[in-house]
Amino acid sequence: MKGWKKTGRGDRQMIVGDFDPQEAAVLRGLLREVRQMLEGRAAEAPDDELAEITGIRLGPTKRPADRIVARLLPDFTFEDPDLAAGLRSLHEPQLIAAKLEVNQHMLDTLPPDGGRVELRPEAADEWLTGLNDIRLALGTALDVSEDMPDELPPDDPRAEHMGVYQWLTFVQDSLVHARMAVREKR
Amino acid sequence: MAGPLSAPTKEVDPVVEDGTNPDLPWQAIVWNDPVNLMSYVTYVLQKIFGYPEPKATALMLDVHHKGKAAVASGDKDKIEADVAKLHAAGLWATMQRA
Repeated sequence: MKGWKKTGRGDRQMIVGDFDPQEAAVLRGLLREVRQMLEGRAAEAPDDELAEITGIRLGPTKRPADRIVARLLPDFTFEDPDLAAGLRSLHEPQLIAAKLEVNQHMLDTLPPDGGRVELRPEAADEWLTGLNDIRLALGTALDVSEDMPDELPPDDPRAEHMGVYQWLTFVQDSLVHARMAVREKR
Repeated sequence: MAGPLSAPTKEVDPVVEDGTNPDLPWQAIVWNDPVNLMSYVTYVLQKIFGYPEPKATALMLDVHHKGKAAVASGDKDKIEADVAKLHAAGLWATMQRA
């Protein structure tokens, strides 16, 4: 992956990037891990007969116990615990569904053995969101902080994964800049 | 926010106009976190709220330097929907009474 490039003009603008087989495997592995976490959380939603009748699905009211899942699905407010619980229950099922959708879209567009990914601007937005979710998951797992050095000491157990995290940062940052270069019709 | 790859290059108006109106009862707050990229936060603010790039950049820098910024204000339903959009994009956002 040498970064994303915008190609074409007008309605034919595309954002193109190439992934080698190992990069594609790493990315797909992370996508599947985040997917499993989100599906696990979705399974915690209360089984509600009313939801089946009304079609309004409610999620759990409690914050996820797992800190990675909790980062992917933050509280809506700090001010009022009851309001936070209610808003979580109301919005979480749709948020999980949206995150699973972009996750699946990435798996569908990233060739399993690596190769070229060509994205229309809307598809690039889905990739940006999905990349951000896996960076949030990995960054939380690694306890990334702002004053962290670019390279951890070799005896730090996180050193190896830190390279993957920094690679994801490059892939996402490059995609933001390519996406911002797309000129939309007003 | 993580920013080594994406230090903003444009000069930003020093008068930071935040995205809020004090007469409106609820605010959406974006909090600084060590993972979200400065470039991505700017893009998300442009995309969700339709802010021009200088305004989105100024709000992002407020988040980065001050730890948080109010990025929108309105009635409860609007701000609730805004926070849901910010969460969908992976930003750390909450709502509070203005």
